[in-house]
Amino acid sequence: MPKIARILVAVAALLMSAGFVLPLWRVDLIAPQYPEGLGMLIRVNTVVGVKEQDLNSINNLNHYIGMKRIEPDAIPELKYMPAILGTLVVTALLVALIGRRRVLYVWTVAFGAVLMAGLYDYWKWGYEYGHDLDVDTAIIKIPDMTYQPPLIGSKQLLNFVATSWPASGGWLLVLASVLVAVAVWQCVRPTVPASPTARAV
Amino acid sequence: MAIFPKFRTLAGAGVLASAALLAFACAKRPASSGLLSADAAKAVYVAPGQLDEFYAFMSGGFNGQVGVYGLPSGRRLKTIPVFSQYPENGYGYSEETKAMLNTSYGFIPWDDTHHPALSQTNGEDDGRWLFINGNNTPRIARIDLTRFETEEILEIPNAGGNHGSPFVTQNSEYVVASTRFSVPVPNTDVPIADFKKRFKGQISFIRADEPGKMRVAFQMLMPAFNYDLARAGKGQSNGWMFLSMYNTEQANSLLEVNASQNDKDFVAAVNWKAIEACAQKGVLKNVAADYVHNFTDEFTREAKSTTLTSVPQFEAKQCPGAVYFMPTPKSPHGADVDPTGEFIVAGGKLASVIPVHSFPKMLKAIEDKAFEGEIEGIPVLKYEATLAGEVKNPGLGPLHTEFDGKGYAYTSFFISSEVVKWKLGTWEVVDRAPTYYSVGHLMIPGGGTMKPNAKYLVAMNKITKDRYLPTGPELTQSAQLYDISGDKMKLLLDFPTEGEPHYAQAIEAKKIKDRQVKFFKLAESKAPHVTRSEKETGLNRDGRKVHVRMTAVRSHFSPDNIEGVQVGDTVLFHITNLEQDWDVPHGFAIMGAQNGELLIMPGETRTLKWIPRKAGVYPMYCTDFCSALHQEMQGYVRVSAPGSGVALSGVTSRGPQSAKAAGAPKQ
Repeated sequence: MPKIARILVAVAALLMSAGFVLPLWRVDLIAPQYPEGLGMLIRVNTVVGVKEQDLNSINNLNHYIGMKRIEPDAIPELKYMPAILGTLVVTALLVALIGRRRVLYVWTVAFGAVLMAGLYDYWKWGYEYGHDLDVDTAIIKIPDMTYQPPLIGSKQLLNFVATSWPASGGWLLVLASVLVAVAVWQCVRPTVPASPTARAV
Repeated sequence: MAIFPKFRTLAGAGVLASAALLAFACAKRPASSGLLSADAAKAVYVAPGQLDEFYAFMSGGFNGQVGVYGLPSGRRLKTIPVFSQYPENGYGYSEETKAMLNTSYGFIPWDDTHHPALSQTNGEDDGRWLFINGNNTPRIARIDLTRFETEEILEIPNAGGNHGSPFVTQNSEYVVASTRFSVPVPNTDVPIADFKKRFKGQISFIRADEPGKMRVAFQMLMPAFNYDLARAGKGQSNGWMFLSMYNTEQANSLLEVNASQNDKDFVAAVNWKAIEACAQKGVLKNVAADYVHNFTDEFTREAKSTTLTSVPQFEAKQCPGAVYFMPTPKSPHGADVDPTGEFIVAGGKLASVIPVHSFPKMLKAIEDKAFEGEIEGIPVLKYEATLAGEVKNPGLGPLHTEFDGKGYAYTSFFISSEVVKWKLGTWEVVDRAPTYYSVGHLMIPGGGTMKPNAKYLVAMNKITKDRYLPTGPELTQSAQLYDISGDKMKLLLDFPTEGEPHYAQAIEAKKIKDRQVKFFKLAESKAPHVTRSEKETGLNRDGRKVHVRMTAVRSHFSPDNIEGVQVGDTVLFHITNLEQDWDVPHGFAIMGAQNGELLIMPGETRTLKWIPRKAGVYPMYCTDFCSALHQEMQGYVRVSAPGSGVALSGVTSRGPQSAKAAGAPKQ
């Protein structure tokens, strides 16, 4: 591996480790009754309100449509995710240390697979919360209406506009992916022979 | 009128001018100010969604409350209940708030508020608290401005008419309370004709810089005069308090004549730092007294009353240097200190000049012993020795003065119904603006402090006659907003006010708006009857008392159906609002309740006492439109005859619930 690729992978590892402190994803809800907005932050190990009481407020509102309460303790993935992220960081550092191209390629495939699985899992939770409505206790029932928040982007859900985007930790993860891609490019691109004049000096 | 020749000429010119205007524009009423209406409208227009620049706090006078307004729009934002029960939010009706209105005379549902005073730090309004006086049953309240809520009330012993109150020292060390009526001290059964012999005036300094700990630090007995307004010294005169007084004639009947005999009354200069030193030397005596202190704890949100039995007291003459009298014409109302602390301006209601005392000259006069006499051991300084200057022919009936911090003073004139702008130092009148009609106090944001923000002036008027649509015999009072940023005052707006604002305070909104409490955290609640979740709700009977621990959350009560209550039971609904979000109060009312409703803030617990008188089924419901299904937020209480066998039970969303400790009711 060229030196630059090893540095890029090491930096990517550092950026990923920020995911332990910074939120990965953010969902904002805006309605006429909530001009200041309600919001959720998805962290590596929990879901919290943007403002301290937001999650509680969102759960209270969701009882109108029969949605299950969002209880971070009931989401098993949040228990495994710190270990998965930790493994990614440590193995990325090892890749940089070992400096072998093949190791980088294998790691990159695994990294991509984990990211995809993570996004799919997040989408699946959104799908379940948005579709698995308790028809017996739901107060507002609209035929064919579901309440799945978008994975990325905005969507009108009754009086709320729900907006979902990566949060700071998520953006750093995106940046880390870009660095890894550049590192891989540095390894696979055809090497340009150095010019003879330069060598003479 | 002979004493105001210049004024008469002016008025004459005014009459001619208005006649000309009327003739010119008989089809259309002339605008009442020189400013084009469109310009004035623009100056006070706060577009939808935009916020006002200032909070104004106006006393409610005989409604006993404080009105909160935005400036420059004049929009009313809130009424803060202080000394009067307030059915709108259950203040003084709910079990948790009743104690705020306790006094040594028992529970009193009303008072008369006059002079709000913002707390200060380094001579500048800091927006922490607002103090206000209860005039009739002497009290001082402290309002917390993160919650816009009365948090503490202290009764003032040995006072009658707490009018000269509460004026704040420059770091809120003290607020002052002087007695309007002199009364027998201690108050006993004596002939009123013994006024001069048996009655006393007094000035109290209230320690007020720590919530929950308001107390009378010292009470100085004074000659039996009537004490009026005050202002603390500032800057160079910090450590002093200046108080006006009238009825130095010591009349006790028909005061309008008998208390208007002397050409000069006094402004008292009280050196509170000297009194603190005297207190160190043991001059204060704890004298028996009977008064009450009420305080609402931030976490229990329950008011508690404490009866106090003594007050630290001394006679003015026991502390030499504590107080001096400055002769002042005539029956002064305001005693107002300019932002530098150098000048003390007196508004002599019957005076033909505005006298201005100089603080440095006063110190010099004291040093030189320039006394013209002594009253009950209090030195009376010579008028000329303390006088800085007089504003000649200012108008009729000067009352109260505030300052712009740029060298000008603004004085209100009740009789000639105008605001007069004059220059400190040269004492010349530079502008006058009519008020509609009969202005009492006026107010400039920070105009009584070291740092006025002199963009606006508000005149508080007593008479409005033709200014608004008529409303029967009783008409509204009004506030008038003037732009005073230029050389000439410009009338921008008048707006009706609640009650009778005697005086007001205004402060830059940014000093208050970002520190607002949005809800009470349930996790931190120490309310004795808090119910933190629907699982904790329940009922229990204790003899003839039934406690209902109930929750409210959009859009239901839990429990919402209650049975087993009997006629004559005392039912206590302890309702906790489980919401943890801003602007989601729930209300609670039940048919036939003889006290009122509850308005319960998010995270708060409030208790309504209800004694059903007849058997039947009683509807209860949420009174604050809380949500789309607010109208569904309701329930029933079944009331059975005494001795009935119906078990005490409630129904919640989790099913029926029976009483936890179902003791048999004692018949």
